[in-house]
Formats: sequence, structure tokens, C-alpha cells
Amino acid sequence: MVRIDFNRLRFLVIDDNAHMRRILRTLLHGFGAREVYEAEDGAAGLEAFTHYIPDIVITDWAMPIFDGLELMQMIRQPGANANPYVAIIMLTGHSEKKRVTAARDAGVTEFLAKPISAKGLYQRIINVVANPRPFIKTKTYFGPDRRRNTNSNYIGPERRKGGKADVIRQTPLLEKARAPV
Amino acid sequence: MRRSKETAAIVTYGDHEVITPENKLRGAVTKVAAGGDNEDPVARAEKALAKLSPEFDSWMDSECDRLDKARRDLLTDFNPANKEALFHAAHDIKGEAATFGYPALAVAAESLCRLIEHTPEATHIPPRLVDQHVDAVRAIYREYAKSDAKKLAARLTKRLREVTDDFLMQKNRNRPEVLEQLGGPSIVPE
Repeated sequence: MVRIDFNRLRFLVIDDNAHMRRILRTLLHGFGAREVYEAEDGAAGLEAFTHYIPDIVITDWAMPIFDGLELMQMIRQPGANANPYVAIIMLTGHSEKKRVTAARDAGVTEFLAKPISAKGLYQRIINVVANPRPFIKTKTYFGPDRRRNTNSNYIGPERRKGGKADVIRQTPLLEKARAPV
Repeated sequence: MRRSKETAAIVTYGDHEVITPENKLRGAVTKVAAGGDNEDPVARAEKALAKLSPEFDSWMDSECDRLDKARRDLLTDFNPANKEALFHAAHDIKGEAATFGYPALAVAAESLCRLIEHTPEATHIPPRLVDQHVDAVRAIYREYAKSDAKKLAARLTKRLREVTDDFLMQKNRNRPEVLEQLGGPSIVPE
């Protein structure tokens, strides 16, 4: 069992809805976080990310200027900013499978579908802090390892050439998103 | 294995690299024995949220007003920005309504989101169906305190969703990828 010292973590909350930012701030302070910064759109979020260098980014998907997915793609640029490995939790009202897949392929660390709950958010934070995954860099992808477990029933070809990566056993993202909290 | 300037361990394979960045968050983790931690951060956060909850009625009210304004703007001038604003207002209600204590509103809002998102051409979105969705959201909100409101809301939103899905199935009959999405399950637990 692990306990997280939230007061040692710096959060950046990016959401264009002021009510949702207030709710997130309340929950994070409730967990014990002290440093919670906010931004109200993707552009301001990127600026705040560069300025504050947060440990964990919690971002909405649907936002003006550029959305959460575009923001994530800008953050996940090796060498282009202070921390391309930052943990990113996508908190969104989108609830379709294709959205989870798109977020995963853009390099999200965790996905949390609204409505938000204290327990759901806490679990995602625990996971990114206590069970960080290695990053994979290919020609078309840079982000946390998307293989959260090994599937003994998989019969397709090995798409990664030259050896197998370490795999940390974790619940697949889609299953986690579907699980009741 | 090599180490980058960012102190990440990098293992290179044929067509990919496995990078293990320095775990800068490790310092925030403390292992505790089972039952040895009396702190419950989730309960603390829920308590903090409960303290905020007196604000939720007025927040829900302002979100419904925003939806209504977006509807009027769109029906006055059917342009992409107004369509986006209406989608966004409905999408926010879909995500927030349960947190604010009005879960029944989320269903009608979600149906409106589907209508806007999956109608192939924006100009084909039926204004009457938009009106019915927005009026349903506002009526459910207004009558929420009444004892039979949730049952009526369920019937109303079920019918709205049926009409919307029939319309979308018809409009997307030659778009199998959209039909698959329309029939796919939501990842949000019931």
C-alpha cells in the first residue's frame, strides 16, 4: 500500500470551464495538494506548462484555440520542452471507445471520463506516481508504453522489431475507463 | 544502454527505443503497512467537494442558460462557430450534470452532442430536434425537485434519443465507421 504526499506534487489543471477547474482544485486540495495551477485553454495551458513545469497535467479534451489532444501532442515532443515525459491525465466528457484510443495514441498517461469522482481521480494520480510506465519512441509515436499487459491469446505479428520491451502489467486503458469507481 | 541529458535510461531496439525516464515523483511516494494509514484523502476530498456543493445549483442554472443562448445563436445564424458553441455547452452539461446533482440532464445533453457531432452536414441538423433537446434539458432542470421528475425525464430522454438515433442512422447509412460508433457502448458505467 502506498501513500502519496500530495504537497510534494505540482499540478496544472487545464479546462475552459471555470466550474470544472474549481471542482478539480477543490479535490486536489482535499487530497493535500498545495501547488495547483490553472489554465483556461490549450494555448494558455502550454504556456503554463512551460512556466510552472508541473509534475502532473490534468487536461480537458474539448477546448478553444487548441484542444487537449493537440496540447498533448505538443508536450510529447522529445527535446522540445522541459518535460516531455510529464504525466498527463485526460479528463473528458467524451465517452466513446475511439476517443480513448485516440488519447492513448497521442501519448496520454491516464484517461478519466466525466462525471468526475474523488476516487477515480485519486486512483489515476496514484497510478501515474507509483507505477510509471517506460516511454516508447518510434517513428510515429512518443509516449508511455501502450502495452499495459501481455495477452497470451494474441496471435498477430510482433509489430516491434528487434526485441520486446519491458511490460508493466496494468489494466488496459479502455477497461479502466469502463470500470465503475 | 545510454543515458540522455534528461537522465533517462534508453534501450534501443530495431525500430524503437524504450526510455525509462528518471522517476522524479518517487519522492512523493511512501509505503505504508496495510491498515497502518488512518488518512483517507478520498474522504477528505469528498468532504471538501460537499462544502462546495451549495454552489452547484447556480452553476447548473448558468450552464442551462448558456445552452439556451447557444441554441438561439445557432438557430439565428447557422455558422460553424455557433454550432461549436452549442456542442460545447451540451458537452459540458453532459460531463458536469451528475457532479452537480442532476444526472438526468446528462442523458439529454449527450443525445444533443451526438446529434451535432454525427450529422454529416451541419446544415442538415434539424432545428426542431435541437429545440426539443434544449427545451428538454431546461424542463428537466426546472422540474428536478418534483417527485416524479426523474421518471418523466427518463421517458422524455429515451424518446429523444430514439428519434435522434433514427435520424443519425438514416443520415449515416453509407458511413459504416460512423454507424459503428453510433452503436458502440459508452465507456461511462451506467
